[in-house]
Amino acid sequence: MVSRKIGRRGVLATGAAGLVAAPWVAGAQAKTLRIGMQSIISGPIALLGTSSRNALMMEQDRINAAGGFLGRPIEFVFRDSKGQPQEAARVARELVNSTGCELLVDAEASSASFAVQEVVRDLGVACLHTNSETSSLTADPKIRAPTAFRVARQGVHDAVAGSLYLADFATAKKLNKWATCSPDYAYGRDTTAQYLQFLKQFKPDVEVITEAWPKLGQPDFTEVITKLIQAKPQALFSLLYAGDLSAFVNQASVYALFSQMTMATPNVDYPVMAAIKQLPAGIQSATRYVETFPDVPENKAWGQAYLKRWNERPTNWSWQNTVAMQFYEEAIKKANSLDGKALAAALTGMKIKTPFGADGTITMREDHTTVGYALGWGQTTPKEPFIIDIKPADWGKIVEMETEWKKQQKYI
Amino acid sequence: MDFEALAACLTTAACVVTQTTSGLIVGMLLFLVAAGVTLIFGVLKVVNFAHGTFYMLGGYVAYSTLNVTGSYTVAVLAGALAMAAFGVVFERALISRVYGSNVLMQLLICYAVVLIFDDLVKIVWGPEFHAMGMPPAFQVPPLFIAGGVVPPFYAVLIAIAALIAIVLGLGLSRTRLGKTVRAAAINPQMVSALGVNTTLLFAIVFAIGGGLAGLAGALAAPVRSLSPGMGFSILIESFIVTVIGGMGSIAGALVSALLIGMVRGFGTIGFPKFTDGLIYIVMIAILLTRPQGLFGRRQ
Repeated sequence: MVSRKIGRRGVLATGAAGLVAAPWVAGAQAKTLRIGMQSIISGPIALLGTSSRNALMMEQDRINAAGGFLGRPIEFVFRDSKGQPQEAARVARELVNSTGCELLVDAEASSASFAVQEVVRDLGVACLHTNSETSSLTADPKIRAPTAFRVARQGVHDAVAGSLYLADFATAKKLNKWATCSPDYAYGRDTTAQYLQFLKQFKPDVEVITEAWPKLGQPDFTEVITKLIQAKPQALFSLLYAGDLSAFVNQASVYALFSQMTMATPNVDYPVMAAIKQLPAGIQSATRYVETFPDVPENKAWGQAYLKRWNERPTNWSWQNTVAMQFYEEAIKKANSLDGKALAAALTGMKIKTPFGADGTITMREDHTTVGYALGWGQTTPKEPFIIDIKPADWGKIVEMETEWKKQQKYI
Repeated sequence: MDFEALAACLTTAACVVTQTTSGLIVGMLLFLVAAGVTLIFGVLKVVNFAHGTFYMLGGYVAYSTLNVTGSYTVAVLAGALAMAAFGVVFERALISRVYGSNVLMQLLICYAVVLIFDDLVKIVWGPEFHAMGMPPAFQVPPLFIAGGVVPPFYAVLIAIAALIAIVLGLGLSRTRLGKTVRAAAINPQMVSALGVNTTLLFAIVFAIGGGLAGLAGALAAPVRSLSPGMGFSILIESFIVTVIGGMGSIAGALVSALLIGMVRGFGTIGFPKFTDGLIYIVMIAILLTRPQGLFGRRQ
C-alpha cells in the first residue's frame, strides 16, 4: 500500500515537473533567440516604426545567414505600443516576462523610451534604444540605466552640428536676420531654442526678427507663410517635419518663399523628398539619412537593398536600428553571453565598423550613447541624390560643446 | 502679443493684401467643407461627424486620378463627384437608419465610418503622407498687387469657392429644389405630407454636402499633405464655423468661415503664439452675444 501511494505521488510529481519544464526544454532544443522589438507601428507616424521593423528584418536575415548569435538563430517579436508610454512599459515587460525575449530593441520615440528605460532598469535585461533623440535619456546620470544604451542620433549633437554649419553659412552669405517656424509643442519650442542658443554663440550678430508656431498637423500654413514673407528675413529656420514639412514647402513654393529667403531645416529625409513633387533647390538641410553620405559603396548598397526589398527608401530610424544590431553582434561575441551586465560591460566604450559612421566607425561612449555617426549638412536639389555639397560635422567640436552643455545641465 | 507688428501690418497696403488673400484662401476652403455640415444639419438635424472623411477621400481620389489622367481639372471633378456619390451611399445605407434616433447612435455610426475609412486609406494608399504637387499650369511666380503677394493658384481657388457660394445661395433661394430644401429644414413632416419625395431630397442634400467636401479636399490637394486622419483637423474647424454662423445657415457659414480666415491671417501677426486660442475667443464672444450664431434662427 505504502509503496503504491508513493509511486502515484512520484508519477504525479514527475508529470507536473515535466509539464512545467516542457516549454523551456522545447525552447532550448529549437535554440531560437527571441529579441523583443517595440515601436510605433500604427497612427500618423507609423511609417517610422515600420521603417525600423523593415531594417531589423533585414538584419535578422543577415545575422541568421552568418550563424545567428552564440550559434542560435534569432527571431524578432514585434509589438506596437502606438508610442504611448504606459503601453510601451507594459509591452516591454511582457516581451521579457511572457514572450521569453532575451534582448530588447526599444524602437520607440522619446516619450515612450523613457518609460521602457524604467522597465529595463527593473528587469536588468540588455536594451538598445534606437530612436529616442532626447539627450537626457542617457546624458542625465539619474535617468541612465545600467543595461540600456542608445544607438541613435541625439538632439544636442544635431543642434551643435547644425548651428556650426549655419553660423558658417550665415557668415559666408551675410545672413543676420532670421525667422523661425516650428511646431507648437515641446520638441519644436525647446529644440528651436537650443539651435538658436548655439547659433548666437557661434555668430553673435544673428537676430531673430519673427517667429511662427503652427500647430502640429495644421492643414494650412498659408497665414504663417505670408507672415514670414512680410517680415522679410534673410533666412528661415524650421523644425517642421514629415507631412507638415512637405505641406509647408508646397505652400511656400506657391508664394515663391524660397526665392525670398534661405530655408534651413534638419528634417528633410527620404519620405519628405519623395512626397514633395517640386523640391526647391538650395534648402540648407541636415542628412538624417542619405545613401550618398557617407559616400561609401556599403552605404549605397544597403540603401539600394532596402529600396529593392521594401519598395521605399529607408529613414533615419532604419539605419539606427541596423547599427543597433551590429552593436549587439559585436558585444555578444565579446561577452560570449546574453546577460545584461556582461553585455553592458562589453558595449561600454565599444567601437564598431559600420558604413553609417563618419569615419567608418561608431563608438558607444561610457555614458551609454553613440558618437561618431554620420552627421552632415548640405543643400537640397530637386533630383537624386536630393542633398548635395554635404559637409561632414566636426565631431571634436560637437563633443566639446556637448560637454559644456552637460556641465550647464549639472549632469557632470 | 505684438500689437506694434499688427498696427504696422494694418497700415501697409502690401501686408493687408497678402494677409487678406491668405485669410480668404483659408476661409473659402473651410467654407466648402462647413457648407455641407451646416446644410446637412439644417435639413436633417444630423451632425455629420464623418464629414472630414469626405474631405480626406476627395483629396485621395483626386491624387490618384491625377496620377492616372494627368489632368488636374479631371482630378478635381473626380474628387467632387466621387464624394457626392459616396454621400448618397452613406446617407442611404447608414444615416437614414438613425434619423430621429438618439444623437449618440448617429455619433457612433459617423465615428465608425471615420475609423474604417482612415484604415482603408492606410491599406490602399499606405500610412505615409502624400503630396500631389502643383499642376504645371500654376507653376508660375506669384502676382504682386499693391506690393502684396497673391499666388495665381489661390486666386483661382478663391474664385471657384466664391462661385460655388453664389450658386449655392441662389440655388437655395431661387430654385424649386432650394425652396423645398429650406422648407424641409423648417418642417420636414409638412413637406413630406405635401407629397415631396423626402427620401430623394435627403439623398440630394448628402450628395451636395459630400460633393462640396470632396471638392475642397481635391482643390487643396496640390498644397496640403494627404495623410490618413487628415479629415479630423478640418472637421473641428468646420464645426466652429457652423456654430459661429448659426447651425443650418449657408450665409452664416460663409461669413464665419471668412471671419476665421481673417482671424488666422491677421491673428498670426498680432498673436503668433495664440492664433488658435483667438479663434475660440471669437467664438465665445459671438455665442455670448448671439447664442444662436450670427445667422441662426432662435429655436
